[in-house]
Amino acid sequence: MSGRLPTGGRLIDRRLPVEFTFNGKRMEGLEGDTLASALMANGQRLVGRSFKYHRPRGVVASGAEEPNALLTTGHGRREEPNQRATTTELFAGLEARSQNHWPSLEFDIGALNARLSRFLTAGFYYKMFMWPRAFWKHVYEPVIRQSAGLGPAPNARDADIYEHSYATVDVLVIGGGVAGLIAAQSAAAAGARVMLIEQTAAWGGRAMVDGAVIEGQGAEPWVEATTEALAARENVDLRPRTMGAGVYDHGYVLAYERLCDHDPQDGAPRHRLWKIRARQIVTATGAIERPLAFAGNDLPGVMLASAIRDYVVNWGVHAGARTVIVTNNDDAYRTALTLLDAGLDVPAILDARDEVTGALPDEARARGIRVEAGAGIAKVKGAAKVEGVAVCRQGGDGTVTEEIACDAVAMSGGWSPVVHLWSHPGGKLVWNADHALFAPDPDAAPKGADGQPFVIPAGAAAGPGDAGFTTTHALASGAEAGAEAARRTGHKAKAVKPPMADDPAEGPLTPVWVMPQGATPEARGKMWLDFQNDVKVSDVEQAAREGYQSVEHTKRYTTLGMATDQGKLSNINGLAILADSLGEPIPEVGTTTFRPPYTPISMGAIGGEARGALFQPVRRTPVHDWHEANGAHWEPVGHWRRPYTFLREGESVEQAVQREVRNTREAVGLLDASTLGKILVRGPDAGAFLDMMYTNMMSTLPPGRCRYGLMCSENGFLIDDGVVARIDEESWLCHTTTGGADRIHAHMEEWLQTEWWDMKVFTANITEQYAQFAVVGPEARNLLEDIGGMDLSAEALPFMHWAEGQIGGFDTRVFRISFSGELSYEIAVPAGQGRAFWDRLLSVGKPYGIMPYGTEALHIMRAEKGFIMIGDETDGTVIPQDLGLNWAISKKKADFLGKRAQERTHMADPGRWQLVGLRTLNGSVLEDGAYAIGEGRNANGQQSVEGRVTSTYFSPTLGRGIAMGLVREGPNRMGEILQFTRIGAAPVEARIVSPVFYDPDGERQNG
Amino acid sequence: MLILRCPYCGIDADETELTPGGEAHITRAGPGSSDAEFEAYLFLRENPKGVHFERWRHSYGCGKWFHAARCTATNEVFGTYSAQVTAPPKELCQKISGKRPGWLSRWLS
Repeated sequence: MSGRLPTGGRLIDRRLPVEFTFNGKRMEGLEGDTLASALMANGQRLVGRSFKYHRPRGVVASGAEEPNALLTTGHGRREEPNQRATTTELFAGLEARSQNHWPSLEFDIGALNARLSRFLTAGFYYKMFMWPRAFWKHVYEPVIRQSAGLGPAPNARDADIYEHSYATVDVLVIGGGVAGLIAAQSAAAAGARVMLIEQTAAWGGRAMVDGAVIEGQGAEPWVEATTEALAARENVDLRPRTMGAGVYDHGYVLAYERLCDHDPQDGAPRHRLWKIRARQIVTATGAIERPLAFAGNDLPGVMLASAIRDYVVNWGVHAGARTVIVTNNDDAYRTALTLLDAGLDVPAILDARDEVTGALPDEARARGIRVEAGAGIAKVKGAAKVEGVAVCRQGGDGTVTEEIACDAVAMSGGWSPVVHLWSHPGGKLVWNADHALFAPDPDAAPKGADGQPFVIPAGAAAGPGDAGFTTTHALASGAEAGAEAARRTGHKAKAVKPPMADDPAEGPLTPVWVMPQGATPEARGKMWLDFQNDVKVSDVEQAAREGYQSVEHTKRYTTLGMATDQGKLSNINGLAILADSLGEPIPEVGTTTFRPPYTPISMGAIGGEARGALFQPVRRTPVHDWHEANGAHWEPVGHWRRPYTFLREGESVEQAVQREVRNTREAVGLLDASTLGKILVRGPDAGAFLDMMYTNMMSTLPPGRCRYGLMCSENGFLIDDGVVARIDEESWLCHTTTGGADRIHAHMEEWLQTEWWDMKVFTANITEQYAQFAVVGPEARNLLEDIGGMDLSAEALPFMHWAEGQIGGFDTRVFRISFSGELSYEIAVPAGQGRAFWDRLLSVGKPYGIMPYGTEALHIMRAEKGFIMIGDETDGTVIPQDLGLNWAISKKKADFLGKRAQERTHMADPGRWQLVGLRTLNGSVLEDGAYAIGEGRNANGQQSVEGRVTSTYFSPTLGRGIAMGLVREGPNRMGEILQFTRIGAAPVEARIVSPVFYDPDGERQNG
Repeated sequence: MLILRCPYCGIDADETELTPGGEAHITRAGPGSSDAEFEAYLFLRENPKGVHFERWRHSYGCGKWFHAARCTATNEVFGTYSAQVTAPPKELCQKISGKRPGWLSRWLS
């Protein structure tokens, strides 16, 4: 059955057919259709199955509030689940598939869930999934969880590109209906910089569909003229297909522009995420119609009255040939008249109000439509589609007075202003009892940095005017909102004079939350509130009976309003039912919190350009390219990438690491240490400052000397370590860990600026100014002397000294420091000369067997020497005293960061876990993080533990496993044997030994 | 997404340029302080709904630390000022009192 009418459809072009597919079936729509209108034109009513009960579902709405028509579009790298058919513009070749059914949309096994509905009521997540335990494995996971859900996430890489954009404006107007247009006009006329965004592709909002009369004619000429005039202004940016997603503190707004969804093409960004700073924001976001709660209101063919009218006027499609209208207000009569104009049948209007007056009902009656006052729907007839309605008295218990055959039902429960964007930054709401809605409270607007309001609602979003939701009100409030926004941004502004509008006089609405009022429990179990999450009137009533009083708790217990539509249709009805069940007035119960985004936005838009190589740019040392060309097996360290090892043909990673360690210990190795942090601290008070920063005394270090230093937080815990070199009377160069450079520099600045601002000290992070290489091993000195230059003899440059000079013509600073236990020179050259110096070291070092080594060889060699590593031996709970580093803690200094904290009883407890070496009896390698098994059980009934492994390696030098660990009173228990856990295997025995496994007297490094 | 004016470089800085640093005007307790004094210094913080003095750093700007007086409930910013003071400026406290009659603070005495 075709749903396309022979005439009408202001947004479609009947000369341009557009082919698309639905569940593989070829269909034809028209240019200007949405996917929803095209499906209706093809007579496709069933578009999906509900989340929990797999009920058959059709399109309910015509815009962003649609809860049912969620489809998967595209395939492969353009597959996208959960797209609302109502906001998806049709294009040639569009592929759409329905979701949440198996094996097919028409025949669905999951509909069995509907028979289990008495087990799937409010709170079933909490109640049913509790017992019995075996059901988890056999029923809940495989059956219920599998059958509840939306479209599956795609697994191919997204083919499209996305971008972020930024704007700063005086006035941002959100919503391009008549209120938004005239607000933009008012603000722009005053000279303000204005941005006007509209979520759909068309300007004018509902005015054309609702038959607004402006200056004696339809709204279209005024909308077109106003849009054109705005587009011509230099101070106005008009953006259709751009949704206001969220309003945040101090006028920050996220907007979501869909550039190519309606016309996919390679090369252009698909979505753009706007980050806007607006000094004032006008929310002209309109209103959304509420459904009515009657039995069977979720059957395909039951739709919002306004949506039925949208489809007829905008796209020339109808939901049915015979439409029964059910309402509690005058607005739904517009739908009856529109249907009549289109040549369709309206057998009856069931009006829940006892008295029906007003211009629109009068017109309907005059045109021969039967209007039944005080009536409602007892039940919608039909299994998978509407076949008729059973009529009853609204004030009664649902006794059926007659049945009317029809194939569509248009429902209207009144209108709710879209207050989301007003509420995001803290705007409060006030209950309007006459119209049964929450509207922005003008006295409680969101406030900006200056304490003044920065959001102004306009049009229907501000709530109804004196005569209701009229065009006159939309124009007047929009004009004034735009002018007020301009005034608040320092412009002399007067509201533009709104054009004359004619509005029919509307009668009052009667709130209807349940239809009929005295409906039976059985009927209440078939009245849907939240279509997407399958929440019914009975669920909310049950939650109230079970003691839920807070609307926020009820929401989570029943899942009301928690679906992707965020309760746009269900929230007010749901809380009215809750209020009624609790016997409290609606404003006392209140609303749930509105959170951004207004409708879901794509992950691609959030990520923007930050994908792949741009997700997190890699920092590169001056010899990064050499590493890459020479087998580097990379390891991420901070934002750097460092070679873990350099792989040679035919080698495993383990073999490569062992080769590098052996070669460094026996000949000479080369390490790119450029990533180590280098912070220059200079000034008359630099020594005193560093005495506060480090646990050791740095002020007494003579120029030309190096000292290993420890830094603690004010909480006493070790946060970083490194070698400090005194450069001259007023300058110290502080080395930090690779990942710590920025953090430690910030730490120093914080104390300098906020505590000791009287100290005369400058700091500079010069990490990237230098390339720094460690030449390590017994042949290190011979190699460097071959290159030739400054005196590097043990006498001229002893261990823990440094000197400046030339080597092979390069300007160098040479540190005699060692993290490997070998004879070692760390040589810094200006970054620009780093690669040349590296190449020289390699070529001259060839006869000595020079080999670069990576971070794993570095780790193994430092562990063989018992040197700690920040992040291995420390984890934010370890103090230097735990690591046997008391020698690096000054006893003379009155104060340093962490000193007071380390005096606390817990820190001074002799029972703390302390650093030891661990040697397995069988030579095996302990597991990283393994626990030492203690005696008995702890307070929680778990196995007691008394230590843990912090570093563990196979030592090529010793040919066995070595480890370091923290063990309770460890240093006092030398020689003791402990059991260490292994995952999935029996524990292994290890002996407590000294953590220094190699060259304990340091003869090699000092040589 | 707050905007705070950095008192050093004069820029109205977006929150993405800033790093928060918690409550301002904490007095450091070092060696020799009692356990209670040290606990108060290291751990105990005010958490008012209303006027609050806090530390911010213009990390991705001039790099300077500064102080801000902000209402935690409405995000109204009463002013920003140097971090190199031990108490908020008197004029700022008077300005806040003018805007929030009845406002009480240890800085008002």
